[in-house]
Amino acid sequence: MKTGKRRERIDRGIKVRSDGLYALSSWREIAYLLAPRTLLIGGFLLAPLLLLLFPYWQKVLLIVCIYALLAMAFDFLANYVGLVCLGGSFFVGVGGYGAALLNKYCGLAPFLSIPLAALLGAAFCTLLLLPCLPLRGVYFAIITLMYPLMATRIIEAFELFGGTNGMMDVAGFANPWIEQYFLVTATLLLLFGLRRLAVEDLGLVIKGIKDNDQSVRASGINITFIKAQAIFYAAFLGCFAGAYLAHVYMWAGLSMFALDFSIIPIAATVVGGGGSLMGAVLGAVLLVPLSEALRAFGPLRIVVYSLILTVVIVIKGEGLLNYLARKYSQFERWVEI
Amino acid sequence: MALLTVHGLGKKFGGITALNNIDFTIDEGEIMGIIGPNGSGKTTLINCITGFIRASAGKIVFEGRDIRGLAPHRIVNLGICRTFQIMRPYASLPAYKNLIIPLYSPRARKTGGWRGGGRHGDRNIIALDLLEEVGFERESKVPYKLAGTLPTGYLKRLELARCLALNPRLLICDEVFSGLSMSEIASMVPLIEKLNRSGVTIIMIEHRLKELFRVAKRVMAISYGDKIVEGTPEEVMANEKVKEAYLGA
Ligand SMILES: Nc1ncnc2c1ncn2[C@@H]1O[C@H](COP(=O)(O)OP(=O)(O)O)[C@@H](O)[C@H]1O
Ligand SMILES: [Mg+2]
Repeated sequence: MKTGKRRERIDRGIKVRSDGLYALSSWREIAYLLAPRTLLIGGFLLAPLLLLLFPYWQKVLLIVCIYALLAMAFDFLANYVGLVCLGGSFFVGVGGYGAALLNKYCGLAPFLSIPLAALLGAAFCTLLLLPCLPLRGVYFAIITLMYPLMATRIIEAFELFGGTNGMMDVAGFANPWIEQYFLVTATLLLLFGLRRLAVEDLGLVIKGIKDNDQSVRASGINITFIKAQAIFYAAFLGCFAGAYLAHVYMWAGLSMFALDFSIIPIAATVVGGGGSLMGAVLGAVLLVPLSEALRAFGPLRIVVYSLILTVVIVIKGEGLLNYLARKYSQFERWVEI
Repeated sequence: MALLTVHGLGKKFGGITALNNIDFTIDEGEIMGIIGPNGSGKTTLINCITGFIRASAGKIVFEGRDIRGLAPHRIVNLGICRTFQIMRPYASLPAYKNLIIPLYSPRARKTGGWRGGGRHGDRNIIALDLLEEVGFERESKVPYKLAGTLPTGYLKRLELARCLALNPRLLICDEVFSGLSMSEIASMVPLIEKLNRSGVTIIMIEHRLKELFRVAKRVMAISYGDKIVEGTPEEVMANEKVKEAYLGA
């Protein structure tokens, strides 16, 4: 750093002008506001078409969406509610088995079994997590990590739902287009839905609990009930992802409780930047394809992957999205002290 | 008529007795003061009444109902609201958004009518109204600033506004005047009086005796968890034990 100078950050003129709702006076300002959102929505909606020639990468896109959903759930619980949840794989497993059961025993088609499994699964997960809600920080984290471990052992020991073989012959999607667009649109809808919720009054109450739970109690609000609602929303995303996977793999089994579903979403949130949900999605968009591209390294893949992750986190600890957002809305200059 | 009656209230933290056999009654519409040196158990008493900590012994009767052991949010929804001695704002929210949270509570929705901000009211507007009522300048930028950046005076008012949002029957203020300048206190006193005139019963814990005695007609003094005297301000200040507790402290 140069001596006698410091870096100053200033909002770009266009940012200031387009902040006020009434100030939009030119296409340029409207475009400035809409560009990031358009890029995201357009990108997701066009991706299945663009990847038409690469069926393998179409599958990767699905995995991106699955991890985006899980990362959103993690980000929501960690940065809005203040609960660090390591139970992403529990949500996936419950949703997966739920959809398989609904499909095989109730004969529901994927369009019904997926949302229904997400709803019922989220209610089930919320109920099971209810006793842990007074816990905080690392205590809550470690308990949520236990749930998927317990679930696998219980399924194994009692040979439930096909035991170690899992449940086969779950119905698949009618055709790949439906398969792709169902998930892509659902991911976008859930992302914007959850962002909307965060700025509604309920969202403020949830944020209040993270800021200062005693004050929320002194405001006459039952914080356990609010936290349970927040868990329900997060579990809904995770169970939705799991239910969808069950129909894509046409199978539900123990590997749905795999640790990957708990850990990679956390990495995605950290790399992309927490606190906005968008960052979590960006992280998934970057990390999942990266992990695929590194398959060429064979056994060293995880080493290279971890190195890249470490470098990104050390250099841009605030998260990529927060960094990009700052560049988009502010410029920097050196000023004399 | 007695609004709140406390009978033989006791609280032990491990081996320390923070409160010992406290008895008092507050009538509807009254303003009552509670004084005592630092560490005498005033905040602990409030915490017991409002359910933030569990009393070890005794009875707390509010409008004929024993409320000891109820969860804090239930007690608030009965109409007992408290401010915190150490202010607890939502630092990452703008000041007026801090009030959305109490306005979201069952009590505000049930009792507030349109002010509850239910289906027909706009909670943001109600929040701004409430802030104006406690002395935030409506036309200025202050209500829109992040609560984390506000100075003490505004934070104390914000605590008070949180209680007002809840339509309290009984308001308990834990040292709202401490840390404020003379002129700030002078502007808060009429606010307390106005609230009282509108029918709110008030308990005030204070160190600033002169200002307290302007509004409270009855005062209780505690020292080391024991109630030592109760009466008019003159009676309390004339009491030997009070002089000793204050001079000794
Ligand atoms: N949570 C707690 N755990 C242990 N001791 C406490 C706790 N809260 C208060 N105390 C003790 O109880 C006594 C009364 O404290 P407090 O009610 O805060 O006094 P005041 O508000 O009158 O200054 C003090 O001796 C304090 O150390
Ligand atoms: Mg105190």
